[in-house]
Amino acid sequence: MAEPKPQPPGPPPWAHGQHDGELTRRSFLRATAALAAGFAAVAALSPLRELQKYSSVEEFLQKHYKELTPAEMTRVLERIAREVEREYQVRPHVRDLKPMNGVEFAYALNLTRCIGCRKCVHACVAENNQSRSPEIQYIRVIKMPNGTFDVERGDHHYAPESVPEKGFYYMPVQCHQCKSPPCVKVCPVKATWQEPDGITVIDYDWCIGCRYCEAACPYWARRFNFGKPSIPKEKLNEDMSYLGNRPRRQGVMEKCHFCLQRTRAGRYPACLEVCPTGARKFGNVLDPESEISYILKHKRVFVLKEEVGTLPRFFYYFDV
Amino acid sequence: MRAMVRGYLIFLSRCLGIAFVGDWRYYLWMGVLTTLCLLGLNAYAKQLVHGLVATGMSDQVSWGVYIANFTFLVGVAAAAVMLVIPVYVYRNEELKDLVIFGELLAVAAILMCLAFVTVDLGRPDRFWHLIPGIGKFNFPGSMLSWDVIVLNGYLLLNVHICGYLLYTRYQHRKPSKWFYIPFVFIGMGWAISIHTVTAFLYVGLGGRPFWNSSIVGPRFIASAFTAGPALIILALRVIRRVSDYHIPDRALLTLRSIVQVSMVINVFLLFNEVFKEFYTDNLHVASSKYLYFGLHGYHGLNLWIWVAVACNLVSLSLLLVPLSRSVRWLDVACVLAILGIWIEKGMGLVIPGFVPTPLGEIVEYTPTVNETLICFGIWAFGLLCYTVFLRMSVPILQGRLSRANEPVHEDADSDARLRELLRS
Repeated sequence: MAEPKPQPPGPPPWAHGQHDGELTRRSFLRATAALAAGFAAVAALSPLRELQKYSSVEEFLQKHYKELTPAEMTRVLERIAREVEREYQVRPHVRDLKPMNGVEFAYALNLTRCIGCRKCVHACVAENNQSRSPEIQYIRVIKMPNGTFDVERGDHHYAPESVPEKGFYYMPVQCHQCKSPPCVKVCPVKATWQEPDGITVIDYDWCIGCRYCEAACPYWARRFNFGKPSIPKEKLNEDMSYLGNRPRRQGVMEKCHFCLQRTRAGRYPACLEVCPTGARKFGNVLDPESEISYILKHKRVFVLKEEVGTLPRFFYYFDV
Repeated sequence: MRAMVRGYLIFLSRCLGIAFVGDWRYYLWMGVLTTLCLLGLNAYAKQLVHGLVATGMSDQVSWGVYIANFTFLVGVAAAAVMLVIPVYVYRNEELKDLVIFGELLAVAAILMCLAFVTVDLGRPDRFWHLIPGIGKFNFPGSMLSWDVIVLNGYLLLNVHICGYLLYTRYQHRKPSKWFYIPFVFIGMGWAISIHTVTAFLYVGLGGRPFWNSSIVGPRFIASAFTAGPALIILALRVIRRVSDYHIPDRALLTLRSIVQVSMVINVFLLFNEVFKEFYTDNLHVASSKYLYFGLHGYHGLNLWIWVAVACNLVSLSLLLVPLSRSVRWLDVACVLAILGIWIEKGMGLVIPGFVPTPLGEIVEYTPTVNETLICFGIWAFGLLCYTVFLRMSVPILQGRLSRANEPVHEDADSDARLRELLRS
C-alpha cells in the first residue's frame, strides 16, 4: 500500500521564480520553453497553407436554402456559376428548379428485365457530376442468387465476361425517396428534407458532414465526399440545379435525387433513359393515367425492407 | 462591484500562474502532453486539407474511432454522478472532499467529447449551423441536436459548480447553498441524460439492427458507471502519490463498491445481449457474428472483442474477491475495466453496427496513423486540462492558495492589469 510521500519542507513549489524583474535561470528557461511551444504550434499548423478553395466568405455566411430570398438565390447561383467556371473553365447553366404542383414522383424497377449491365450506374455518374476520384456512385447493383432476398448472399462486385448469368437476378438499389425518411429525421441542422414532389434533397452548402444520415439510411443510399471530388473538365454536365447535380465540395453528403434537374423540367432520369431493357419506370403517381400508376395498380410490386417502415417511393416488381 | 471583479481576476490569474509551476516531474508530464497535443493538431491540420480520406472511414463504415472515443468519454463524464449522489444524497463523508475531482474529470471528459465530435465533422467551418437560434437546429427531431444541448449544458453545470466551490474556498467563504445545491441536483439527472441521449443516437436507427436494441441504453449506463469511477480511482491514486492531499483508503473502497456492482450489472447485460443475438440466430445476428467470430472470412474485430471480454471478466473476478481491497489489485482491476469497456463500447459497438452494410456488403475498418495521432492528441489535451484543473484545485482545497496569502506585489500588478483591461 502506497502511503503519501511526505513533502520536503521549504517554500511551496509555486513560490519559485516570482522575484520581480530578476532574470532567474528558471524564468529564462520558462520563456525559452514558451517560445519553443509557440514555434512548434505554428509548425504543427503549417499544413493549413495548402488549404485552398475550401470555402469563401459568401459561402460561409450563406443562409439555409429555405431562408434565401429570390434575390439572394440569384446571387448564390451566380457565385456557384463563377466558382464552377474558375475550376472547370466551363460556364455552367445553374438553376434552382422548384417542384411542380400536382406532381409526386415514384420509381418502379422490373427485376425480371434487369440484366445487371450497370449502364444506369455510369449514366448516373455522368449526369450528376459525381466525383470520379475518389469514386462516388449513387446506384449499387447487387447480383442475387435465385431463391433468396437476403442481400447478404448477394455479390456487389461481380465482373463476369457478360451479363446476365444463369441462376441469378440483379437488384439495383439507389435512394428510395422514402415517405418517412430516417435520414431527414436525424439530421441535426435540417440540411436534408423532403420536397413536395417526394424527392429528399440535400443543401450541400448547409451540410456539416456529420454522416448521421448515412448511418440512419436502411438502403445504404447516401454517399459522403471523404476527399476533394474531382471531375475531368470535359466530363462536366453543365446543366445544373442547386439541390441537384451541381458539383459538391469536400466533406458533404450527397445521394440520388431522381435527377431533379431533368425530372422537374419534364424529362426522365438518366438511369431510366440509358436502360437497354426498359426495366426502369418513372412517373407521377398523382396522375392516374401515368405508366407508374398503372404498374403500382396492376403489377405485383413490393418494396425493400418494408419492416423498417420507411414507405419508399421506389418499388420493385417481377413481370412473369 | 469593482473590488469583486478585481478579486476574481486575481483569483483567475493566480490559478493560471500556478498551472505553469511545478517540479521536474510536472514539467516532464506537461511537456509530453503538449508534444502529443501538437502532433495531434498537426494531424488534424492535414485532415482538414485532404478531408476525411485521411481516416480509415468509408461510405460503408462511416463512423470510426472518433465517435467510438466520443461515446466512451460521454460515459466517463456521466460517471461523476457516482460521486455526487453518495455525497449529496447519502451524505457520504469519505467522498465529500473528493467529489470535486470527479466533477473536474467530467469537465475534462466533455471537452474531449466536443473535440472528438468536431474532428469527425466533414465541414467544421459550418459548426455555427448547430447553434440554436443562429443556425438551423433540428430539435427535437434529431438525437444529435439533443446531444448538443445536454453535453454543453452538462459542461456549464459542472464548470459552474466546480468554479463556484473553488472560488469560495479560496476566499475562505462558506458557499451559499442556493448558488450550487440546485445545480448539483439538476446535474444528477443531467448526467444520466447525457449518456442516455448518446445511447439513443444509436438505438433510434431502425435500419441498424445491431444498435436498434433497447438494452443499449442500460448497457451504456452500466459500463459508464464502471469505467468512470474506475478512472476516478486511478486519478485519486495519482493525486495521492504526487501531492500530500489526504485521500483515505476508505474513500477508494467506497468507489470500489460502486465499480464492483456496476461491473456485475454490465457483464450481466452484455450476456443478455449475446444470448438474444445468438440463440435467436436470425438474419440480424450478422453484426454480432462479425464482432465475435468473423463473417464470411472477415475477422477484423475478433481479437479486439475477445481482449475486451477477457479484461471485463478478469476485472470482474478481481472486484468480486477480497484481493481487490488492496489498493494495488484494485488498480489492476480498474485498468482492466477501463480497457475492456473502452474496446467494448468503441470498436465493439460503433464498428459492427456498420458491418455488414444494410445492403449486405462487408468492408472492414482500420484507423489510419493520422487518425490515431488525432485521437492521442485529443486524449493528451484532455489529460492536460485535467492536470491543470488538479494543479489549481489541490492547493486551493488545502488552503495553500487562498486570499489570505495573496502576494502584495501581485495584487498591485493585477490592479494595473485590470485598469488596462477596463481602458481597452
